[in-house]
Formats: sequence, structure tokens, C-alpha cells
Amino acid sequence: MSDESKKAPYIVPIGPNHPALKEPVMFTFEMEGEVVREVDFAPGQAHRGIEWMGMRRNPVQIVHLTDRICGICGVSHTLAFARAVEQVAGIEVPERADYIRTIIAEFERIQSHLLWAGVAAHELGFDSLLHLTWKVREQSMDVIENLTGNRVNYGIVQVGGVRRDIVLEQHPIIDDCLGTYEGLLGKLLSLFLDDKTITMRCRDCGVLSKKEALELCTVGPTARASGVNVDLRQDYPYAAYGDLDVRAILPEQHMGETHGDVYDRIVVRLLEVGQSCQIIRQCLSEMPAGPVTAEEKLAKLLAICKKAQGEAIGRVEAPRGECFHYVRMDGKDAPHTWKVKASSYSNLMSWIPMLRGEQIADIPIIIASIDPCLSCTDRIAVISHGHRSVLAKEDLHRLSVEKTRRLQR
Amino acid sequence: MKLNSLFNRSLWVYHFNSGSCNGCEIEIVATITPRYDPERFGMKLVGSPRHADVMLITGPVVHRMKDRLLRVYAQMPDPKLVMCIGTCGISGGVFYDSYNLEGPVDEVVPVDIYVPGCPPRPEAIIHGVVKALQKLERMQGGGS
Repeated sequence: MSDESKKAPYIVPIGPNHPALKEPVMFTFEMEGEVVREVDFAPGQAHRGIEWMGMRRNPVQIVHLTDRICGICGVSHTLAFARAVEQVAGIEVPERADYIRTIIAEFERIQSHLLWAGVAAHELGFDSLLHLTWKVREQSMDVIENLTGNRVNYGIVQVGGVRRDIVLEQHPIIDDCLGTYEGLLGKLLSLFLDDKTITMRCRDCGVLSKKEALELCTVGPTARASGVNVDLRQDYPYAAYGDLDVRAILPEQHMGETHGDVYDRIVVRLLEVGQSCQIIRQCLSEMPAGPVTAEEKLAKLLAICKKAQGEAIGRVEAPRGECFHYVRMDGKDAPHTWKVKASSYSNLMSWIPMLRGEQIADIPIIIASIDPCLSCTDRIAVISHGHRSVLAKEDLHRLSVEKTRRLQR
Repeated sequence: MKLNSLFNRSLWVYHFNSGSCNGCEIEIVATITPRYDPERFGMKLVGSPRHADVMLITGPVVHRMKDRLLRVYAQMPDPKLVMCIGTCGISGGVFYDSYNLEGPVDEVVPVDIYVPGCPPRPEAIIHGVVKALQKLERMQGGGS
């Protein structure tokens, strides 16, 4: 035992391309036998420079760029950006558009959480459950396609409203889909939560305490599973959520206690599928008549945006948590500044307390448990004059202070 | 196309994300799940490029992924095929003017099949795989 301290830790690098990872990210694990002693990760492998491109395009063009920040939570990014621009330009969004935005956003949450549940089952080695959840997920994709015209990257939200109305003939399709999910939810809950293997693999695995969740500023289901009562739809309602009764879902409501482990994250996400169904039903019955966009003609809309001056933020509760867009316009076509903080950006740091002390076999499910979305997050590497440098924390802090000063001028 | 020549070999597919927005990834996974079920034809996603016949590349090839893409491509055994999934890999798409792109994909590795769409539907991806099968048969000197 005495030479334990002299032993070099065994380093296991995983990534940036690895079958267990759906997206490029580089992990370095310091192992002690089977146990993870320390973990470090390097995101930034999928950086595409979206903000830089956005500051050279006009808001109507950027809407298509925001859809493609992330293929899974495209509506949340577009909605957050549109809300920021609408506030700067003083555009009043018609009420009906707000309801349609809410319905699409909730369908996005349903498909995203089902997608995640399938991936989680796959990471646990439970492939039949992956195929079952993805099979039922296809019905929500059908409805999304019916409502927006696209399966992914919907392109329905526009600055000032939405592009398409939901007509009466589409209501039965939506009702049918919601009925299916409400009927299935009990089955899915018992498949995931009563299964002995899943319980043994997920209970008290990858624990994030409430204190750590608050300190690391986690958001969304990751924070709620640790017992933090945050949900933008409840705390700072946007779109139609102000008219609806949305309460954050916490694991103790269902299980009677909070562990902050992978199991609780499954509980929160599955229950949110049911909550989203209720929200959509409420929206459909209360949806007011009227136009779906403040300005139909794009040339006029662009002229309004071009005149706009000022700054605003748009915040949206994406399936993974708070999605935050800051926009500053100064009377030009393109925004002067555009900054995106995706939900995974806030959640990534929680990997470190979760993974420390866990076994190597639990790494995939713990990494998957925060539902990471790296295409949203990767915006750290800096390239200038063909020379690449990665910014350290001090550099980032210095740049951040400089940027704040620049913006205040 | 003769059916029996099509089915004499299973296609094993490796997926490489070169900086995509995830849209193509979820459509590829949707493609292999029960609604579309290409496993009927022996098509299956594998974890290692050394086991693969076909590489699906998504994304516009960002700076950091170029070297990795070349290395993964070199690891695949011959005969190999490359399918480029999604508009941004074909032309840069919505990311065309980004400073961080080394793509489009065909400027980095040779591409055999292009599947356009942002993202392409699962049906389009399956159609692309059928085209890949035909091409593989030709490369091996068999088939029609």
C-alpha cells in the first residue's frame, strides 16, 4: 500500500471520435484500477464559427443559421434569437403566433426527451428499449413534419411570428399523437423505472448534489434532477407560457426523494414528456384566432430590423435547459453583436463531480445523462491569421472584461 | 439492378461527425431504428472504421476534424466507399463563409455518394446506401 502514491495513474483518452460518443469531444480520464480519479475534457472540436457568420448576415438570414446551431433544439435557439431581435426592434408578436411557437417548442421537447431516453437505454446496453423509444418517437416526428414541413431544422419560427398556421384539419393528427404518448407514458415509466438492471445501473450513479448543481450553474433537467427548482417556463414565462400553468418537474414529486443521480434524470425527462402533452392540449384549446406574423413581407421586416438600435436578450427553456441569446443592433443590416449560450454550455462542467469516483463502465451513461449537445456549445478555439491558439481561463476573463467595456461605450 | 447480386454482401457502416449540427446524426440513427429498419438488408452501424465498408460523413469538416478524418479514412480497408450526408458537407451549405471550414468533404477525402438535404430524410439516406451497394458491386467486378 505504501507505494500506492508512487504509482502513476493510468490515463485513458476517449475521443474526439469514439463509438460511444455521438459528437466529437475529447476526454482524458485518470484511472486508478476501475475507478475514475480525475477527468478532463476538451470541447471545441465541432466549432463552426456561427456567431461570426451571424454578424455578417441580416436577422432573416440568421434565423436559418440558428436552426442549424443544433439539429435537436433548433426551435429553442431560433425562438431565443427571434425574441431578442423582436425586443430590440419593438416588434409585437401576435398572440396566435406565440401559441404556435409554444406548441412546436413542446413537440420538440417530446421528441428530444424520447431521443435521449433511447440513447440512455443504448448506453446501458438495453438496445431493445432504444428501438422501442425511437419507434414511438417517429410519431412526434410525423406531427412535426405535418406542422412545419420539416422533420429536423423546422424553419418555422421567423422574427415577428411563425411561417405557418396550424389549421383545424391538423388538430386530429395532433390529438391522436398526444393520446398515443399519454397512453404510452405509463408503460415507458415502468419499463425504465421498474427495470431491475436500469435501477441497479442508474441509482446513486453519477450523483450531482443540489449544492454542486447550484455552484456549477447547471440548468434544465440536469439541475431539476438534483432538486433545484428552476424552469424558465415557470420563472420567466415567454411566448404563451404566461397563460399556462407550468410547474417545474422535480424527482421528489414522483419518487418522494431526490438523489441527484442518473435515475432521477430519467424520471424528470420522462415526466416532462407527459407535461409537454398537457401543455400542447391546453394551447390547442385556448389558441386565439388572428394573424401568425407581425409582418408578412420580408422586405418590410428587414427594414424594421435595420432601423433598430439597442440590445436585448432572449431566453428560452430548451429541452436541455436555458438557452440564452444576446443581440445588439446598431442600425445596420447585421447585428453588431450576437452571443449564444446554449444549455449544454452550462451543464458540461457538472461532468467532473459526476464522473469522479465512478467506474469506467459507467462513463457512457453518465456522459449521456446530461444530454450533452456539443454542436451548440463548441465556440472556444480561436483562429487568427492561420494560427490557432486555445484560450486559457485568464485570457477568456480578460477578453470578457474588454468586451464588457467595449459594449458599454 | 439484380436482386441477388445486391444481397450477396452486408454493408457495415461507420459514421464520422466532422462538425455537424446533429441534425444528420439523429436522422442517421432514426434510419437504423424500426420504422425504416435497414438491418433487413444487413446494413448496420459499427464502432470501428476497420470493420466498415462505408463511411458516412456528416458536417462541413471543421479545422480540427480534418486530420482526424484523413486518419479514419486511412484506417478503412479497401474496397471502401464514402457517403457524404447533408448539404453542408457537399457545399458548405448554410456555413459556407465560415472561417473554420476545411471542407467541403470532397476536398478532404474522395466522395462516392452524395446525399443532399439539410438534413436528408431517412428514405434519402437508404436510397444513398442502395446506390453505394451498386457501386461496391461494380468495384468488386461482380453484379450488374
